[in-house]
Amino acid sequence: MDPQVESQIAAWREFAARRAAIGAVDVAELEGHLRDQIDALVESGLDPDEAFLVAIRRLGRLDDLSREYAREHSDRLWKQLVLADTTAVRGPSRLIWALGFAVCAAAAIKIPALLGVGMDASGSGFYVRNAAVILLSFLALFFLVRRGTRPVTAIVTLSAFAVAAVVMNTYPFAAEGATQLLAGLHLFVVLWLVVGLAYVRDRWRSGPARMDFIRFTGEWFVYLALIGLGGGVLAGITVGVFAAIGLDPGVFVAQWLLPCGVAGAVVVAAWLVEAKQSVIENIAPVLTKVFTPLFTALLLALIVAGLIQRSLVPPDRGPAVFGERDLLIIFDLVLLVVLGLLLYSLSARVPDAPVGWFDRLQLVMVVAALAVDLLVLVAMIGRIGAYGASPNKLASLGLNLILLANLAGAAWLQLRFVRHRGRFATLENWQTAYVPVYLAWAAAVVIVFPPAFGWI
Amino acid sequence: MRIGKDLVAATATPLVLGILAEGESYGYAILQRVGELSDGQLEWSDGMLYPLLHRLERLGHVESSWASSPTGRPRKQYRLSASGHSVFAEQRQQWAVVNRALDRVWSGHGGSGAAIAFGSA
Repeated sequence: MDPQVESQIAAWREFAARRAAIGAVDVAELEGHLRDQIDALVESGLDPDEAFLVAIRRLGRLDDLSREYAREHSDRLWKQLVLADTTAVRGPSRLIWALGFAVCAAAAIKIPALLGVGMDASGSGFYVRNAAVILLSFLALFFLVRRGTRPVTAIVTLSAFAVAAVVMNTYPFAAEGATQLLAGLHLFVVLWLVVGLAYVRDRWRSGPARMDFIRFTGEWFVYLALIGLGGGVLAGITVGVFAAIGLDPGVFVAQWLLPCGVAGAVVVAAWLVEAKQSVIENIAPVLTKVFTPLFTALLLALIVAGLIQRSLVPPDRGPAVFGERDLLIIFDLVLLVVLGLLLYSLSARVPDAPVGWFDRLQLVMVVAALAVDLLVLVAMIGRIGAYGASPNKLASLGLNLILLANLAGAAWLQLRFVRHRGRFATLENWQTAYVPVYLAWAAAVVIVFPPAFGWI
Repeated sequence: MRIGKDLVAATATPLVLGILAEGESYGYAILQRVGELSDGQLEWSDGMLYPLLHRLERLGHVESSWASSPTGRPRKQYRLSASGHSVFAEQRQQWAVVNRALDRVWSGHGGSGAAIAFGSA
């Protein structure tokens, strides 16, 4: 082809590749189209130069094109919240909001302590009940303010927090009771999903929007972990340095630095996810590729160990891998982490990439998790049969059943996907459609469990 | 004559499905075929075809693969999947109903218009 046209095409290609919504493969496809069109026009008698101009014009304005691509590929859109141009709303104003809410959150977690609640064991009941409301309400406010939401969403979000605060503080929980702890923990799940509502706004029915929030959750967690590492180093050095000059900063670290740091980090991590999306988007696929094999190995080792111990519904003495109550909760935790990893890798996957080794490995992981889940389930039912139900056991059992159903569906769809019988989109749909189940179960543990078990 | 944007958008999916039902094809050729079928009256902005094809692929109605053109250029080929064939059949029935209804209402109008013209003559 004419060298001048060749260089024009190269310039166009570079320009198009800069659009976040248009992937490299799409640019190649569009370029092929452009060349076909130019060839045809040249054949009909146009100069190569003119042919290029006509072909470009018929392709459509790049802004419109990139908006159209973004509509179809919302995962790409997520990386760059602005569709067509690069004049984003970012800048200092968002940072100021984030820092403002972070400071408010840090203050809010400290105010009850200053009013005499006490951050040690004496006041722990208050914080068990209210930690979720305090920590997450400022995150919800941050999203409501920054993303300019409709009044309905704001009202629903804020009333959910208000209801949670009222329920947690009017229920006559027994001090140090199991239902209080369970309600406090499950409230985090409920309110996190309420934060999700503030995040996706009126698109809460849409699967891709829910996937955006799942993606956000994964990245937020990574940032929180990074901040936590830094905070741990800071706390350690603080203790060391002050101890060296004969002062004990233990109380300061435990009662100020730690709680305020966590409260602030919740909001700051959310801001970082939004502000630095292009940084993390390179890390997410790497993290999932590192940890998926490791967790698969862990699950397989667990199954083998459990079978060797051969004490799934154990007598009271002797080694009982799947029998001990504390351990059962650990297994639930392992399964939760595996589910989180699965969701995280789903959200980080390029949707139209062909099936690869990683998808097969994921199938192994899901099937292994399913097996562990079943083993734990058998042990749990055995324990409940032998010793009767308790709030802890029923909460673990419910969580286990929810995970079982999810993993079974995920395994089936993953199998179909790996065998080219199903599409990747159905995997995503399954997980996004499942989100309300978590909300319903967590809300039930918060609202129904305490009265049902007599507040113990 | 310029055809309205909404109408172009509404006909895009059935047209593309119909063209792919004729056999495997690629973006540029699909657009050529649209031009042929509509005698050049149906003008799309060329680039818009591709997001549409990707959407159909995500929904599982079409499958794609990379092949190379006679001149050696890489080219993404699209073909109808099993579910694409059934969606195509369904859309075809729906559009047949619409077509028939429009035909009838317009032939009615055409008839009365002719009668008036005849009466006044």
